[in-house]
Amino acid sequence: MPRTFTPKIVTANDLLEGDVIYLTEDDTWSRALNDAELIEDEAHADVRLIFASQQVDRVVGAYLADAKPGPNGPEATHFREVFRATGPSNYAHGKRELAALS
Amino acid sequence: MYTYSEYDDAYVRHRVNQFRGQVERRLDGSLTEDEFKPLRLMNGLYLQLHAYMLRVAIPYGTLDSAKMNRLADIADKWDKGYGHFTTRQNIQYNWPKLADVPDMLEALAEVGMHAIQTSGNTIRNVTSDQFAGAAADEIEDPRPVAELLRQWSTDHPEFQFLPRKFKIAITGSPNDRAVTKAHDIGLRMVRNEAGAPGFEVMVGGGLGRTPMVGKIIRDFLPKADLLPYCEAVVSVYNTLGRRDNKYKARIKITVHENGLDTFRDLVDARFAELRPAFSGVDQEVLQGIEAQFAAPAFRQASDDAYHAAYEQDGMFRSWADTNLTAHREPGYSIVTISLKAHGKTPGDATSDQMRVMADLAARFGHDELRISHEQNVILPHVHRSDLPEIHKILKAHGLATANLGLISDIIACPGMDYCALATARSIPVAQQIAERFDELKIEHDIGELKLKISGCINACGHHHVGHIGILGLDRAGVENYQITLGGDGTETAAIGERVGPGFAYDEIVPAIERIVYTYLDIRESAEERFLDTYRRVGAAPFKLALYGEEAKGRARAA
Repeated sequence: MPRTFTPKIVTANDLLEGDVIYLTEDDTWSRALNDAELIEDEAHADVRLIFASQQVDRVVGAYLADAKPGPNGPEATHFREVFRATGPSNYAHGKRELAALS
Repeated sequence: MYTYSEYDDAYVRHRVNQFRGQVERRLDGSLTEDEFKPLRLMNGLYLQLHAYMLRVAIPYGTLDSAKMNRLADIADKWDKGYGHFTTRQNIQYNWPKLADVPDMLEALAEVGMHAIQTSGNTIRNVTSDQFAGAAADEIEDPRPVAELLRQWSTDHPEFQFLPRKFKIAITGSPNDRAVTKAHDIGLRMVRNEAGAPGFEVMVGGGLGRTPMVGKIIRDFLPKADLLPYCEAVVSVYNTLGRRDNKYKARIKITVHENGLDTFRDLVDARFAELRPAFSGVDQEVLQGIEAQFAAPAFRQASDDAYHAAYEQDGMFRSWADTNLTAHREPGYSIVTISLKAHGKTPGDATSDQMRVMADLAARFGHDELRISHEQNVILPHVHRSDLPEIHKILKAHGLATANLGLISDIIACPGMDYCALATARSIPVAQQIAERFDELKIEHDIGELKLKISGCINACGHHHVGHIGILGLDRAGVENYQITLGGDGTETAAIGERVGPGFAYDEIVPAIERIVYTYLDIRESAEERFLDTYRRVGAAPFKLALYGEEAKGRARAA
């Protein structure tokens, strides 16, 4: 039986700030995971990763991460991606700072 | 304290300019990330989970107030107002922006600091005893030799592309506070029968995924032979070390696979070649360095104020009993400032706290500060009459926690809150353990207990040598914490033994509590430390406390 494809998002770090960013459907980068394009097709995932990896003046270390659909957009499935999406647990810095502002 | 020569200053500034150009070329697209990454790593700049991280070297953990104040200024101007002191006696900034890093490095260069060789497969910052030059049990201050090693290893052309990183630690005391046996080269100062100082040289120690206690390769190395001998060791490792497998590339594996005797023979042969090439210039340089590490002008004064405060102020007494160490000079003490306030992040200091500590060093401490591998800050030379005032100031800035060597004085790596390599979080586990034992009010009753937490197998948190070690792992997508017991990072170094299956994130604090209560139940007296009890009774009672009857069943089956 062919293995089922787990939905993916494309994520990377911002070149200037290092912050975690996500590729959106309209080819922009967002700092919020729930803005990311949830990719349900393996071939499309490969295309999107190549597109992301070519943006060498904007992003560093693009890769595909597992995700699942949620009421407000994609959600992380692995705890590492949860921490990347939410920021460090000990201070209101990074993503937590952004969350406090919005 | 060593002051940069014109040569040092020019070199460091040259490197800043070089890196400034490299960052510009990365930003304008002329360098790809693949090209830029090794360049930024050579300057201590990592890309971590949420941001860049700049690791700044604090050579052998020694600072003065000007340097500490500059670290505070950098934290305010280009980071988020704090810094993280590490188990390598360095400081890390967790939030620098790429375009700002050259300015940060320039600000460091102005006070004789840099981030060179804090990453990459080179000889890293030489670490040492945080009480060097002050400890009552010391043979000689190891820092002049550490500085000589720094000068020798910085930009050493032969050793810029070693099979893997290379760490040297040195202590001048028989009581090893620098974990020398867990380093690629460990140097312990000893005297020979004629009373001359030299070194016991250990090689192939290390933690990480294959923890090993360093092996003695030379019982007594004359002081004058140190550089050629270290060069011989690193040179043999450079040719013999494996480059086919990152996990087998450290010198501990080289020594293990080839055998200590073979390795020693190769080192001796290389040493015979190298020794004549060292004409004695290194010893002249060393003499110049030694003059810069002359002991401060200790003062004679009454310590009545200390005794009065000790009698009258319970908080001061508790702090003095816990955080002071014997100084070699009568009337003086070594003060350890705990960066482990209960519930705070181990090793973190705000810029305000850094300035307070710098000011205390300038006013009361002969302008010296140290960083320990246990992530605390030390005022090495304090006259006891100044201690009540120092304690008052520390207390006002959240720096008077009286827990040195106790269960809440936890070493913790940044873990998955910051580190891209981490497999689980360390910081919140440390925070919860410290808070729990503070709540129980039993940590002083427990006494000395070294608890160390790493958020991955690379063991930056030294969990292998913790009396209690915790290793955070990713088990099928869930954080899982393994416990090791009986580790020891001192001269009686030992690697802790895994006690059994790991615990979930919300089970780890209660598990540690069960271990500690078991110890309190079975210790022979309050003087028997946790480690002594473990050595006396072994793991069985702790396994029973952790796993209940199931553990007994497993033991029978085995």
